Amino acid sequence: MSTETTNRAAGDGDVLLRVENLVKHFPVKSGKLIPTEREYVHAVEDVSLEVRRGETLGLVGETGCGKSTLARCVARLHPVTSGKVYFNEQDITDLSPRRMRPLRRDIQMIFQDPYGSLNPRRRVGSIIGDPFSIHRTARGEDRKRQVQHLMELVGLNPEHYNRFPAEFSGGQRQRIGVARALAFQPKLIICDEPVSALDVSIQAQILNLLSDLQRELGLTYIFIAHDLSVVRHVSNRVAVMYLGKIVEESPVDGMWAHPRHPYTDALLSAVPLPDPEHAQQRERIILAGDVPSPIHPPSGCRFHPRCPKARPTCVSTEPELIARLGDADHRAACHFPVEDGEDISQSTPSIAEDQRVIESGLIAGA
Amino acid sequence: MSCSGELGGYNLLSALRPCSAGLVGIAGIFQKGMGSVALLEVRDLHVSFRTDDGIVNAVRGVSFVVEPGQTLGIVGESGSGKSVSTQTVMGLTRGADVEGVALFNGRDLLTMTKQELSQVRGAEIGMIFQDPLSSLHPFYKVGWQIIEMLRLHDKGITKAAARKRAIELLGLVGIPQPDRRVDDYPHQFSGGMRQRAMIAMAMANNPALLIADEPTTALDVTVQAQVLQMINRLQQEFGTAVILITHDLGVIADVADDVVVMYGGMVMEQADRMTTFKSFHHPYTEGLLQSLPAYGGERERLRAIPGTPPSPINVPPGCPFAARCPYVMDRCRAELPPLEIAGEAADHLSRCWLPHNVAARQALRVKLDQSLPVSAEA
Repeated sequence: MSTETTNRAAGDGDVLLRVENLVKHFPVKSGKLIPTEREYVHAVEDVSLEVRRGETLGLVGETGCGKSTLARCVARLHPVTSGKVYFNEQDITDLSPRRMRPLRRDIQMIFQDPYGSLNPRRRVGSIIGDPFSIHRTARGEDRKRQVQHLMELVGLNPEHYNRFPAEFSGGQRQRIGVARALAFQPKLIICDEPVSALDVSIQAQILNLLSDLQRELGLTYIFIAHDLSVVRHVSNRVAVMYLGKIVEESPVDGMWAHPRHPYTDALLSAVPLPDPEHAQQRERIILAGDVPSPIHPPSGCRFHPRCPKARPTCVSTEPELIARLGDADHRAACHFPVEDGEDISQSTPSIAEDQRVIESGLIAGA
Repeated sequence: MSCSGELGGYNLLSALRPCSAGLVGIAGIFQKGMGSVALLEVRDLHVSFRTDDGIVNAVRGVSFVVEPGQTLGIVGESGSGKSVSTQTVMGLTRGADVEGVALFNGRDLLTMTKQELSQVRGAEIGMIFQDPLSSLHPFYKVGWQIIEMLRLHDKGITKAAARKRAIELLGLVGIPQPDRRVDDYPHQFSGGMRQRAMIAMAMANNPALLIADEPTTALDVTVQAQVLQMINRLQQEFGTAVILITHDLGVIADVADDVVVMYGGMVMEQADRMTTFKSFHHPYTEGLLQSLPAYGGERERLRAIPGTPPSPINVPPGCPFAARCPYVMDRCRAELPPLEIAGEAADHLSRCWLPHNVAARQALRVKLDQSLPVSAEA
């Protein structure tokens, strides 16, 4: 989460985490009395990515696109359906719980809801001290000392060791979550929407804290968020997900300067900017319809039913995630990537109507 | 230190205050230019709740005006009283101690009987809430819920006509195949569609005012863009006034004509949209805008507002923002500043002791930047 320009090059280090062709399906109940065929939610479909040591990879996408599932598969909180996860060049996909245990110290998570992720009946000191008990590394006074050190590190008053979570505000609770994740100096922290539940003024405090900790402790982050301004602020590289697939992946500046995938383009243009002059000038791309069901994802490019640039090829052939239009470090899964300066709100799809999400009323007239 | 420092100056200014009690009728017209009459005018609203921990002062003297066809944005953090204010106006805060006046088309909503109020609610004032799933009844078909709304306020309408109108409304808010979806249950709708159905319901009786409380917070950005665009179009088509309550300054910058910034149950600053974002006066507005990550340009360290919002129980005297304010003076902790004209425009009000003179304020800002390490947080 290097925020200073000098640190922007962070992430040139070696690969800490590599995900290869990861697939995760969840079975669903069919609703029929005698199920003829098992149905699956295709939560993550053939995703490959790398996270380099010391960088922050932002993971963006709308509700249900599979970003949290991907993160949880990486942290081995879900077993994967197929594919491989390498951490530090070691294949951790099928490690037994016992062999996984020492690695769990290195991969930690921070969750979205600072209210739901802390047990309300336990004192803060014991919540933050949990990792020490679980891994049997520190006890008694030693544990207390280490916990208080962690509390200080994240900007909490160590004297509040014996308080309950309810006595803390949302921002302070998120600091407790951060302290707990830091207990064993992990190498990788997965932040799953760490600031979405917080007010803007508190959100900035937590983002600054995460950035300081990264610099001091050399952490690597996978940062999941739906707020694109936050993702831009914290990330070195960004991967955009849509219906279980990564549709675009690039260093953050390249992505914002020239998004290649029409979905990314629409997503970026939909963000409301806190600047009325800007808001009036810019051209919005309003996507029609909703995200289709991940149980029966569309054929070809999964975005084609909503894409303003859709062509028959998009329905029949799935695009690869490769560098397009002469980009170097910028990959997009689109047959017809967006050119520099192109305005896709002027495009009209050339595929059959019944393959599109048709919106009636005011939206269609947009 | 400031021109409002003199007691005389303050009295004069407060007399000019458009929303101060007593003078509203005339000054309200002054404020917005001739000819416009306020649709909703809330004056000095106080709301408190008695709890086991003490009296919670959720709203402490809030005044605002909504003009016909305009959008008023109310922005603030959790606990700032933004939702409680509007809910109280609609008679939705049971068990609260309420003081003040809320004139809707000249009638005081706060003194109405239950029957009178329920005739206004839904017919003349529509409402949308944050969570569209919990505001739709899961047992009843979406269409049925809209039809109920229509028939409740229009006894003469036939079932068939109401159904036809419900289909029309669903189509209007962009639900595909409305004649079929009208018989769906809420769980068959996606989040964005539910919110659109809620809007259809709120607009069913062509209300003069639509109160939207965090209407897009639970939605994804692309769907949020759809919903905001739709509210905007409905507003243009039917001339509905909108109160948009949100914590998202981006949404405010997009759609609001006038902006009220709330903190600690009070209005901190009130101005038109451009002034709020470009030449704000209050340090809280400044803090809010600065704590947002920039969308373009350099990624600098965020300027977080240190500390946390004040407790609404046992409110200290003085400015509620004093404990977190970088410009804080002794006076701020002792005396509550009045909401008074702070800029060149008469409708730019701010509740702060800082000088109104832009140059003087700028000098303070520069001085502060030099003396204060940026990382002074928490």
